[in-house]
Amino acid sequence: MHEIVEKEKLNEEMTSLEVEAPLVAEKIKPGQFIVIRMHEKGERIPLTFYKKDMKKGTVTMIYQKIGKSTCQLDTYEEGDQLQDVVGPMGKPAEIKKYGTVVCIGGGVGTPEVFPVAKALEEAGNEVIIISGFRNKDLVICDSEIEESTCADSFYLCTDDGSCGREGFTSDLLEELIEEGKNIDLVHAVGPPIMMKVIADITERHDIPTKVSLNSIMLDATGMCGSCRVEVGGEMKLACVDGPEFDAHEVNFEEFMQRITMFEKQEEKAMKRWKEEHEGCCE
Amino acid sequence: MNPKRVKVPERSPEERIDDFGEVPLGYSPDQAVEEAKRCLQCKKSPCISGCPVDIDIPKFVNEIAERDFKDALETLKEVNCIPAITGRVCPQEEQCEAVCVMDKAGDPINIGKLERFVADYARENDLEEPPEVEEVKEEKVAIIGSGPSGVTCAAMLAQDGYQVTMFEALHEPGGVLKYGIPEFRLPNEIIDHELEYLEQLGVDMKMNRIVGQNVDLDELEEKFDAIYVATGAGAPRFLGLEGEDLKGVYSANEFLTRINLMKAYKFPEYDTPITHMKKVGVIGAGNVAMDAARSALRMGAESHIVYRRTTEWSPARNEEIEHAKEEGVTFDTLCNPKRFIGDEEGWVKEMEIYECELEEPEEDGRPSPKVLEDTEHKKEFDTVVIAVGQTPNKVFYENAEGVDVKHWGGIIIDEETRMSTREGVFAGGDAVSGAATVILAMGDGRKAALNIMEYLA
Ligand SMILES: Cc1cc2nc3c(=O)[nH]c(=O)nc-3n(C[C@H](O)[C@H](O)[C@H](O)COP(=O)(O)OP(=O)(O)OC[C@H]3O[C@@H](n4cnc5c(N)ncnc54)[C@H](O)[C@@H]3O)c2cc1C
Ligand code: FES
Repeated sequence: MHEIVEKEKLNEEMTSLEVEAPLVAEKIKPGQFIVIRMHEKGERIPLTFYKKDMKKGTVTMIYQKIGKSTCQLDTYEEGDQLQDVVGPMGKPAEIKKYGTVVCIGGGVGTPEVFPVAKALEEAGNEVIIISGFRNKDLVICDSEIEESTCADSFYLCTDDGSCGREGFTSDLLEELIEEGKNIDLVHAVGPPIMMKVIADITERHDIPTKVSLNSIMLDATGMCGSCRVEVGGEMKLACVDGPEFDAHEVNFEEFMQRITMFEKQEEKAMKRWKEEHEGCCE
Repeated sequence: MNPKRVKVPERSPEERIDDFGEVPLGYSPDQAVEEAKRCLQCKKSPCISGCPVDIDIPKFVNEIAERDFKDALETLKEVNCIPAITGRVCPQEEQCEAVCVMDKAGDPINIGKLERFVADYARENDLEEPPEVEEVKEEKVAIIGSGPSGVTCAAMLAQDGYQVTMFEALHEPGGVLKYGIPEFRLPNEIIDHELEYLEQLGVDMKMNRIVGQNVDLDELEEKFDAIYVATGAGAPRFLGLEGEDLKGVYSANEFLTRINLMKAYKFPEYDTPITHMKKVGVIGAGNVAMDAARSALRMGAESHIVYRRTTEWSPARNEEIEHAKEEGVTFDTLCNPKRFIGDEEGWVKEMEIYECELEEPEEDGRPSPKVLEDTEHKKEFDTVVIAVGQTPNKVFYENAEGVDVKHWGGIIIDEETRMSTREGVFAGGDAVSGAATVILAMGDGRKAALNIMEYLA
């Protein structure tokens, strides 16, 4: 059992959750993820690792309310217990000196990319962060990124222009490229379509690019193949071979199709949840 | 003397395909005694040599005949700490029962069902004594993996007084028994009960510990005097065919794990989903395929086994094949998939299939199937389950320096000492042999335990 030490609602959709998990905190590195299971009947949910506190033995994850499970998770309060908190899962991001790295986060991708950006900066890279959200109410992590000096430049954008620049993260990346900025690596985490668009852009400009794939996972131990993706013509398991892959090798079409596999079931579970918990997750 | 077996009561196919309850109901005490009395107690006892863990079969069968059920349990437990499980899943017809002299006179003794009876009767009537543990020893042993191999090794070492800690990757112990084999064959409460024995022995069971991922082998080596690796053969094998990544195509591991371990058949009460299925094609014909095909029936689908040989060459237990047929699984034999065809949204809708014929037997005595050109035809399926075998999960061995593996990932061990190429690290079960059987995995666990005792002595 793992106690929820702190819960902070960041906005209507996103919440950060700090839980007791000393073994995970001891080992987890940027780019890795955590699997939680709320209770005996719960599914194994992969979540983004945001930060850790070694002294307290805690890890902080950020989740977005998108389905029944995350809506239920939202009903858990400080002091409540999660059945399982497992990790670190997946391989850590490859941290070394590349030169100039652009880290791009879309939505809940931003908290995932933030620890990677910090590590890259510590490894001596010039780091540029581009962070994008649908609108100003959904913006998260901006002040933390600004406070931490990890980014040499930080660009914020929203789809509707209500905060920061108007446009998509990919637009800002293209601008940087057009300005003649020399970029040695792009590291992008966010909605699949964002990652695909970015991969297309950087492929045209021959910029090495890494993406972190949020495939559908079941065990996340390499046992089931649910998370399989085609990378460089080979089948890879996102949970143990990834989640980070060479963006130019990923078969995005297949990936984007596969992640919709359980949409109908998710809708059904959500409907039932809403009927049973009126007023929750509107 | 009745040459025929006492029939085992079973739930009717119509009744059982609506739920995941167990199919054979097992013998009553009177039926068990009657079946046990058929045993000739022959001097040669070929059955013992047919058993991979050398259970003293004539002895426990005689004890049943004498109604000494408690003694029968003790006889079993001397070498087999999980008789309720092996009684249900062992391929007895290829082992102890295959060599029973009664086979010639009629039916061999139903050793499997007698074994199951003893374990069930003892559990239901509280005949089990708490295990006796030798004086606690200094030495500590780590067991990696909580399937039948790890469990057997842990139990033996703990009984002998070693301090045993078990590390399991998933959130529940049991290995394939839990996540793979469905409840209609092996109910979870039986596994849980058998595993309680480990707790009584004081084995420290740590879940959610994936060695090579969130626990390092080096770390274990520092804390423990010996290590037993029983990580199984848990990684799914795919066919490498076109369309294998379509939605609705599952590995057997995924399909069964969703349904069994995560209880997707109770979705949405349980959170883990499985897609709605109308017609399921399961590729393969081993136990895993039968389990998937029979699970699909219980999910309300029409269910087909697609197999490139004929049923007689299926590696599954006879009982599973019979049960599958009774329940209405269709066997499309001499069929080999060529590719899977999807609709515009990426859902599988058809399987293109070659017809096959059988050629001369391969080395393992099975005839190899030959694909017949120009016989391709399409069959509609909205769900496909690939059950063509499993290989060891690389998470362990890729992160275990000094532990050498074969090209397919099987851990290399010294047959005598059961040690891997790394000092103090022993291995066994499916992790060494590749996908095999519960009882062979247990046999390996036993041998490893004995060798570990010697190593630590
Ligand atoms: C669906 C199905 C049906 C079957 N039916 C039968 C049958 O009827 N009769 C029969 O005799 N056999 C059957 N088998 C085969 C039998 O189940 C296996 O041979 C047996 O379970 C192997 O035991 P094991 O202990 O070696 O490994 P497993 O049972 O596979 O257990 C290995 C355990 O190790 C864990 N693990 C893996 N990697 C790590 C790691 N890095 N760190 C920590 N833990 C790890 C796994 O999560 C797992 O729990 C069946 C198999 C399947 C899949
Ligand atoms: S989630 Fe099962 S193999 Fe990756």
